[in-house]
Amino acid sequence: MTMEWVSGYGLQLIFGAVTTLSVALVALVVGTVLGISLGTAKIYGAKPLRYSAEAYTAVVRGVPDLIVIYLIYFGGTVALTKLTGEYVDINGFAAGVAALAFIFAAYAGDIFRGAIGQVPRGQTEAAHALGLSRRAAFFRIILPQAWRLALPGFGNLAIILIKQTSLISVIGLEELLRTSSVISGATRQPFLVYFVAAILYLIITSVVSWGFRNAGIRSNRGFA
Amino acid sequence: MLDFSIMADALPKLLKGAGMTGRLSILILLLGMMLAVPLAYARNAKSVWLHGPASIYILVIRGIPSLLQVFIVYYGLGQFGFVRNSVLWPIFRDPFWCVIIALGLNSAAYTAEIVAGALRQVPKGLVEAAQALGLSWLQTQRKVTIPLAVRAALPAYENEIILTIKATSLASTITLLDLTGAARLEVSNTFAPYEVFLTAGAIYFSITTSLSWLLRRLEVRLSADHRNEERSVKEFQPVLPGVPDH
Repeated sequence: MTMEWVSGYGLQLIFGAVTTLSVALVALVVGTVLGISLGTAKIYGAKPLRYSAEAYTAVVRGVPDLIVIYLIYFGGTVALTKLTGEYVDINGFAAGVAALAFIFAAYAGDIFRGAIGQVPRGQTEAAHALGLSRRAAFFRIILPQAWRLALPGFGNLAIILIKQTSLISVIGLEELLRTSSVISGATRQPFLVYFVAAILYLIITSVVSWGFRNAGIRSNRGFA
Repeated sequence: MLDFSIMADALPKLLKGAGMTGRLSILILLLGMMLAVPLAYARNAKSVWLHGPASIYILVIRGIPSLLQVFIVYYGLGQFGFVRNSVLWPIFRDPFWCVIIALGLNSAAYTAEIVAGALRQVPKGLVEAAQALGLSWLQTQRKVTIPLAVRAALPAYENEIILTIKATSLASTITLLDLTGAARLEVSNTFAPYEVFLTAGAIYFSITTSLSWLLRRLEVRLSADHRNEERSVKEFQPVLPGVPDH
């Protein structure tokens, strides 16, 4: 029993946790890029762009994550099957990452919008006075300062994202929760397996939240 | 493009599922609030024996995915003979009650944080003034602390209500036919994911959007001064002796 745990199931759970972390990391990167785009569209964009960004946020926030995941996974399968003419099974990892990134972006957009809005106007004006282009002013002056302000909210979202990866188990991706379900079927010890999974999740979220707290302290050095 | 006849066919089934979503949400929020108030008082208590366990509970619940919590209650507890043989087994065997217990315990942790924060926001001077007037602890809570805390908690609690409604979609993973579950069933019958999931999404969206609009109206009504709505939205700041007025 113990040997089985150490050699087989334990290792499987660790692999599941690694998949969970990779889904979260890729979705975080893609979602951050989308989120910054949404945030800047809401501040600097022309009216149609601004309204579409607002509508996107409202819709994604008003609908459960599972619906978004199903829509992308099953909807994607149908779309690709129609396009190619033969049955296509969408990769769970890709569908999961896409769904989580879209959801993440909807929330991150407002965090970046708030953070960019908090950077003093004088900074933009000074950048223009120095002759920096709008693009250079945004990427070299505004965004680096906005990061510090966005960090607390961004950290919260990252932890929510890690927990949301468990939803990808419904489309069959073998991340931590799905792996636990498979093992609990084999061992008939669902409580024990889910308990171990819970501890793994708790370790991951605690470490990440500790990391973000430290990053927050570091980034605030020199500020009152 | 979209086949509207499939959408029309699916609508009654999805609305039936929405009824289940509504029942689940109400019961989860009630259970969550019942547990959250004592938890919040424990979290704000000075004694380590009170705020220690409350803080650990909140930390653990918030560090674990809610879907895992649902699985632990629904699949996990059945592993133990004493649960299967207890009088409570009909409850733990039923996915409906399992979702309510799991998500209710989950909502309790988040709501407790909101309530604890709101209680801390009540100015100390007001509590001291109430005590100076001879009000007992219970009277102070009832007449001073709680009314002010409710106002302070409302914006964050609105958010919790919306999140809970969305979280009930997890019920579909343990065979319940809530709005998401009904949509999944309909998709497996028609294999028209766009039509069905978009309709389900539209129903969720109208529920959450109209509810958050209603709650915001309620917030404005309950706030300190509703003769002037603009002023009332601002944070409640009583004038305290010795504090210079800016």
